[in-house]
Amino acid sequence: MRNWVELYIILSLFICMSCSNENVEDYINTPTPAPLEIPQFFQENILPPLIPANNPQTVEGIALGKKLFFDPVLSANNTQACADCHSPQHSFSDPDKFSDGIDGLLGNRNSMPLFNLAWNFDERFFWDGRVFSLEHQAFEPVTNPIEMHNTWQKVVSDLQKTAEYPPMFQAAFGSSTIDSTLITKAIAQFERTLISGNSKFDQYLLGEVFLTTEELNGINVFMDETKGDCFHCHGNPNNPLWTDNIFHNNGLDSEFTDLGLGKVTGDPADNGKFKTPSLRNLAFTAPYMHDGRFATLDEVIDHYSEGLQNSATIDPLMKKVDQGGVQLSPQDKADLKAFLLSLSDPSFIDNPDFQNQ
Amino acid sequence: MIKIIKILYIVGFILLISCSNSNDVSEDVNFTFNFTHNWDGATVTSSDFNTIKFTNANGEELSIEKLRYLISKITFQNSNGNIIVIDDYNLVDVTNNTDLSYSPSIQIPKGSYNNVSFTFGFDNEDNIDGEYADLNTAIWNVPAMLGGGYHFMQLEGKFIDDTDAEVGYQYHAIKAVNNSDPNNLEFQDTFFTVDLGGIVIDKDISFEIKMNIAEWFKNPIQWNLKEFHSMLMPNFGAQIMMYQNGQNVFSLGSVTQ
Repeated sequence: MRNWVELYIILSLFICMSCSNENVEDYINTPTPAPLEIPQFFQENILPPLIPANNPQTVEGIALGKKLFFDPVLSANNTQACADCHSPQHSFSDPDKFSDGIDGLLGNRNSMPLFNLAWNFDERFFWDGRVFSLEHQAFEPVTNPIEMHNTWQKVVSDLQKTAEYPPMFQAAFGSSTIDSTLITKAIAQFERTLISGNSKFDQYLLGEVFLTTEELNGINVFMDETKGDCFHCHGNPNNPLWTDNIFHNNGLDSEFTDLGLGKVTGDPADNGKFKTPSLRNLAFTAPYMHDGRFATLDEVIDHYSEGLQNSATIDPLMKKVDQGGVQLSPQDKADLKAFLLSLSDPSFIDNPDFQNQ
Repeated sequence: MIKIIKILYIVGFILLISCSNSNDVSEDVNFTFNFTHNWDGATVTSSDFNTIKFTNANGEELSIEKLRYLISKITFQNSNGNIIVIDDYNLVDVTNNTDLSYSPSIQIPKGSYNNVSFTFGFDNEDNIDGEYADLNTAIWNVPAMLGGGYHFMQLEGKFIDDTDAEVGYQYHAIKAVNNSDPNNLEFQDTFFTVDLGGIVIDKDISFEIKMNIAEWFKNPIQWNLKEFHSMLMPNFGAQIMMYQNGQNVFSLGSVTQ
């Protein structure tokens, strides 16, 4: 009997100590889960967003990512933040055709807008798809010599010396020791919160507003295979992303100065292919195409109507190439433009959660 | 101590019963459909895409750049006339080599089956506009102005026309619709059942489903790509011809169990 009593006491003590340790660790290191706020229409119509198991969304991680996104400390001379080329008021793109880096050098691609990135199911990022996963995407601009032109050693060192960042990393990831992986994880968390799903057209689909006659005609031009036939690449009202997130040659050039996906894969069949951009927020994302060659939406529509250039890799979905395109009437062009603009979401660019404040 | 031994004995007995029940469950087996593709017998994979290397029955040289298609409602009919319908679908994407192998989570009983079949596309019960999140995500939808629902197949590429130019084609199969009066669409079914024949199933089984792509251009309609290469979705007659040629496209290949 005495042995049983001793065993009971020892076991009880052991269990109490275990529980006590767990509680202390939870209190110190556990960041607060922050599930994405997914628009109703997204929930009902497309697959759930991709969140990496090793980088869950948390309040602390998102706050850290947002601070990093707007902080020029990531650049070599502390003059350029992510937001310089991905400004909120332009749907996180750059109104300049090409962005200039800290040394005044220009790139050769237009800055891509940032929204609804967690629904890029193939996880291939940049116009040419050269990077897999949002976390890895964030690695590149920091060290790119024509962008932030920094080194990760310097970024980490600079952040580690600050008073505010080490505690934020501690809160977000349970470690105040900063490294590039944690930095990119935090930025990716913030970027995944950039969700746009409240355009006039979204509201129309929810029965909250009416579209104009022009906008309604425009969606018909968009969905008509004998007219615009835009839907095969840019989707339809059942898919709120308005992109297939796939790579196409949309007939911009007969000869390529930029191989796009082809340079990444090494496959000549991929030459001249670039990622289909979403049609959301076009009101804020000019100029258009991977190289920003079109300043206006009218120029974009004219391109598909009568400006197509033939080449070996032009997508079979590009119709009437020998005539330059689908030959839309002026009225169809105007209506298509009206519909496209209904996909813009002012509440996204004005969202206080996405501003540098 | 005796009590402890009794408890262990009871627990052991329960475990033995559980194991015995598990053996009973194994009367059901898993099945897999493996989709392979050929051009009149010559194997076709995505590595054959993007090059003009095929010639159709009409003598037109062509390439394939995209091929994906939907199958649904795999059905097993046993010798007693009972039918097991797998109420599911699979989007075969040859371009990206995804879902070329399809193993539903549902098992089927061992036994003798008079026929195994599947549906090419969706029947009318399943072809519900916007119903399937994965297919919406894959942008597999048919415009509402053509009745909505989903594509059955997208076969795209280029062919050589009379001027030796490469011209794109989009051989997209959907439910046929006459939209000459937008307010009064007229439909004709173009999904079809592919019968694979009878089989005795006594263990996990794999079916090879062969698609002869050349048949889409051959029989009974000798397809003229110069005439029918683009904007075929709203072309009622073209959709009916696809339906007719589709009857001879699929066949059963190897069966392993």
